[in-house]
Amino acid sequence: MKKISGAQILLEILQEQGVEVIFGYPGGAVINLYDHLPEYSCRHILVRHEQAAVHAADGYARATGKVGVALVTSGPGATNTVTGLATACMDSIPMVVFTGQVPTPLIGNDAFQEADIVGITRPCTKHNFLVKRVEDLERIVNEAFHIAGSGRPGPVLVDLPKDVIAGMSVKKDAVKPLLKGYNPNYTGHAGQIQRAMKMLFKARRPLFYVGGGAVLADAATELTALACRLNIPVTTTLMGLGAFPEDDYLSLGMLGMHGTYRANMAVTKSDVLLAFGARFDDRVTGRIDKFAADAKIVHVDIDPTSISKNVDVDIPIVGDLLDVLKKMLEVVKDSNEEAERCAAGHDEWLKQIAHWRDLHKLSYEQNDIIKPQFVVEKISELAKGYNPIISTEVGQNQMWAAQFFTFTKPRSWLTSGGLGTMGYGLPAAMGAQVAFPERLVIDIAGDGSIQMNSQELATVVQYNLPVKVVILNNGYLGMVRQWQELFFDKHYSSTQMSHAPDFVKLAEAYGALGLRAEKPEEVEPTLIQAFSHPGPVVVDVVVASEENVYPMVPAGEAISNMLLV
Amino acid sequence: MKHIINVLVENEFGVLSRIASLFSGRGFNIESLTVAETDDSTISSMTIVTQGADHIIEQITKQLNKLINVIKVVELTESEQMARELVLLKFAVNSGAKRLELLRLVEVYQGRVLELGPRSLIIEMTGERAKVEAALEVLGPFGIKEMSRTGMVALARDSCK
Ligand SMILES: Cc1ncc(C[n+]2csc(CCOP(=O)(O)OP(=O)(O)O)c2C)c(N)n1
Ligand SMILES: [Mg+2]
Repeated sequence: MKKISGAQILLEILQEQGVEVIFGYPGGAVINLYDHLPEYSCRHILVRHEQAAVHAADGYARATGKVGVALVTSGPGATNTVTGLATACMDSIPMVVFTGQVPTPLIGNDAFQEADIVGITRPCTKHNFLVKRVEDLERIVNEAFHIAGSGRPGPVLVDLPKDVIAGMSVKKDAVKPLLKGYNPNYTGHAGQIQRAMKMLFKARRPLFYVGGGAVLADAATELTALACRLNIPVTTTLMGLGAFPEDDYLSLGMLGMHGTYRANMAVTKSDVLLAFGARFDDRVTGRIDKFAADAKIVHVDIDPTSISKNVDVDIPIVGDLLDVLKKMLEVVKDSNEEAERCAAGHDEWLKQIAHWRDLHKLSYEQNDIIKPQFVVEKISELAKGYNPIISTEVGQNQMWAAQFFTFTKPRSWLTSGGLGTMGYGLPAAMGAQVAFPERLVIDIAGDGSIQMNSQELATVVQYNLPVKVVILNNGYLGMVRQWQELFFDKHYSSTQMSHAPDFVKLAEAYGALGLRAEKPEEVEPTLIQAFSHPGPVVVDVVVASEENVYPMVPAGEAISNMLLV
Repeated sequence: MKHIINVLVENEFGVLSRIASLFSGRGFNIESLTVAETDDSTISSMTIVTQGADHIIEQITKQLNKLINVIKVVELTESEQMARELVLLKFAVNSGAKRLELLRLVEVYQGRVLELGPRSLIIEMTGERAKVEAALEVLGPFGIKEMSRTGMVALARDSCK
């Protein structure tokens, strides 16, 4: 058989794996790969910073469910991927990142642009590999895709020494992964599922607590069917937004530190809590011993380490959410009478929840200064017909987006939940827009965060990715300022952005459209103009500078202890 | 309580570092760790001694299992295992009564003399951790000049399976 180079082998595997797009940035160590890239069908998007390549692959993966791919050079190219990897790792996003490396004989010699990226990224990848021989390349790359996309997904890094890429070998066909120690369990235990359903049927105040796992498992339809059939209210985490339609009367919105009053109260008073693909994160639970203290807890998760990590669980079910939910729906079908009785038995509970809803709605007062919540509500309203995808930066902008946008579909929400990475939103939006050129992709941004990756405006203009960046410009690192206001006597140390660029001119400098809204009545027409523009747009919305995100549970308090205004 | 965790891992570079960084990154403690190849040269066996409440130990075993290179994890308490430790001790003792006394004690603990020099001797001691500890306490006053200790190696007792 004919020998081909490592670079060609790699690119052929990517083709076999169905990779449509690589987000990347070249350099000396990967120059051989770039040399062959144009010969293959796979599209390459040249970003302006490697961090953005990884976030873009991440946004692509979240929006499509496929494995995202990024390619960078050795040394600084590789180290620039670390934040992107950690972001994806925390949120269980499937991706494979290829890094160049110095030739194998030079490894360990402090060679030019050498970094021990496998050592550096060990704790922030699901797994990583250094390919030492070109003969191992095919197996390892296939293993990388397999690991990234299966079980609890996550990022995998493959380090490619230059001599491996340049080396010659034979490409075999479809080399099966050889992983003795990796065999994720997908099927939920039938007995445990029966027990859980029995408990659920008897519950008086049941609640579904739904995390990002429901989105990752593509289980939104089944989840919605189960909740609606049994008439059980649903609250989602930041990561779970979109897994259950928020316009349904059973939706309580988000729970946790900035969750709705009714969601946090419902958790506190529930008697059976079903956690689906959620991990009892401290931003969700607050003070852990007060979290669902009266409830029996059922926890369904594909990752055994998530179960009983932070709270004791009464019925653990390890498995793929989709499989477990399908089995639960079967149990419902087989126990029609009980299901009927269950569905009819929550009136009082739902009445109580409706009371909580009316007691403290998410609210704000729109006066003559634009309120950021108003902007998000307008976006939600105006984007409705466009099948939108929303990404966010981090801070107040992210929380207002989570609270005031009405999410109805999974995989339409891109946000850095676990790591909270400022600078995530624009590149992630870019990645999603590559996957869905026709959809309306909006980055709800903060004036601080957008400056962390604003160079990607060049990329979206170059590839005509019509991303809309809406900056909620409060002139502050708002979320930190809010903490300073509430817990540090308004000591606004280093949170005022006293020197920001003119974002309209910045957009124009990159060749994008720049728009500004300064008065409440300008918001709607400006957004309409932005959404109907065929290219990328930056909308600078000048909003109230000291608005706070409420409700707020102070860190470490019980989630029923909310600051309400 | 003390727990001994036996871990079978793929014999690849970087695996030890994955295990070590799992413990340090998650704040678990390692009392001792030994690694060696098994009869299958592609697989290594690790014995890790750790301490912690039950839910910590549960997390440790789950997290170990989650590592891609980990093939099998067996976690048992001390009494469920046959566990041994080996220690080498160097003493600076000249001939004379003191040396005779030392040799007698070494014999009591079923130690072996590996090297007998005019001014020093090296002895080897194996046994359960408790026995090794006891021996060290008794032999300590003779002035241990250097010491090298393996940490625990262990196998599950068949009666526990
Ligand atoms: C990379 C990074 N650095 C620092 C932080 C800490 N941080 C969290 S929110 C925030 C303020 C963000 O400001 P801005 O983007 O203007 O958003 P706002 O809260 O004002 O809406 C900061 C600094 C972070 N999350 N990420
Ligand atoms: Mg701001």
